[in-house]
Amino acid sequence: MTLREQGILDEVTRIAGVRSALLVSADDGLVVAESTLDDQATEAAAAFAARLVQRLGVLTRTLHTPPMSVLLLQATAGQLFVATGAEGLLLVAVTTNDVNIGAVRLALLDAAGRLS
Amino acid sequence: MTDDIATLTLQLAQDPTSLAFLPLAEALRRRGQLDAALTVVARGAGRYPELADGHDLLARIQADRGDGDAAFDAWTTVVRLVPDHLGAHKGLAFLAYRSGDLGRSVKHLTTALELAPNDTTLASAIERIRTVMATRAVTPEAGLPRESTQSPQRSATEATPTLLFDQQGRVLRGRLDRVDGVDASEAVAASLAGVSREADRAARLLQIGEWKALAIESGAVNFEVRSPTPETLLLVMRGREVPAGRLARIADKAVEQARLWLEELA
Repeated sequence: MTLREQGILDEVTRIAGVRSALLVSADDGLVVAESTLDDQATEAAAAFAARLVQRLGVLTRTLHTPPMSVLLLQATAGQLFVATGAEGLLLVAVTTNDVNIGAVRLALLDAAGRLS
Repeated sequence: MTDDIATLTLQLAQDPTSLAFLPLAEALRRRGQLDAALTVVARGAGRYPELADGHDLLARIQADRGDGDAAFDAWTTVVRLVPDHLGAHKGLAFLAYRSGDLGRSVKHLTTALELAPNDTTLASAIERIRTVMATRAVTPEAGLPRESTQSPQRSATEATPTLLFDQQGRVLRGRLDRVDGVDASEAVAASLAGVSREADRAARLLQIGEWKALAIESGAVNFEVRSPTPETLLLVMRGREVPAGRLARIADKAVEQARLWLEELA
């Protein structure tokens, strides 16, 4: 992990409600870099994010629409954000439910762009 | 209405140069007496060839009669006379949409929206057509703001490409098409079967509770996946111009409708 990657992820976790931000390899779901505020199981978040992207990627391929750019899993007590970046990387954030969804989405897309 | 028609007919008979032909032809059109309406308006438009509203009414009557070519000619005449004629642009948008020229339809609707920026039906129609352009998944009757069309208005939820399927990948209701128009419902249902179990597992392991929704952005199209019942999944698709928050509300309604439909089946 480089200082640049760490800095970009730290910017995401500065958004209120973001518990962790990860840079994940899309192919194998492994954590490349992370910034977490608590003892979150980042490996699990990375693995599931990659798995969901692969799984739902079938949808866009089936419908011949462009590849997925953002995925949001909403649950009763929190949310999982995934933005697809270049070079097979995913930007992942785990947040609480009172987070500013728009701000997290933009921060992840911005981070994905800066890391490409 | 009958009294109005009688009064206007008398008025026009007494003074053939009267502009009463406009309300008379409109009243006949609304009563469904299209041939009589056409006779009246054609005579009036011939007498007042520079009167844009006469040609506009002629076009609407021709459109109602199913004569798209004649309607097109009349609305084109209107635009030549009054380039900013709202009704003509709406009418030409309708004809373009019906003929499958969606780009031209959006162009006329955009002009109409510039002329009537508070008309939410225009913005809605543009949005729907762009969705069709992005997904090619809605039928051609989907919601143009044409007063003369006789079909009932469809709700936003009904106009939304939606697919309900079970956890075994079997389609229950709805249809989704690929961009090229090929039905992809079965393939989508099969590919997403069981995805709720993975979402649920992910949510539990991440300690974020039970999963409620999956939102996906994909270029010009946004998707939302819900689970109306533990045994079923619902996929809602809209064009990117529909903001994510609105799509979530559309999905809420679609979930309610799916639950009602499933209850009726039970």
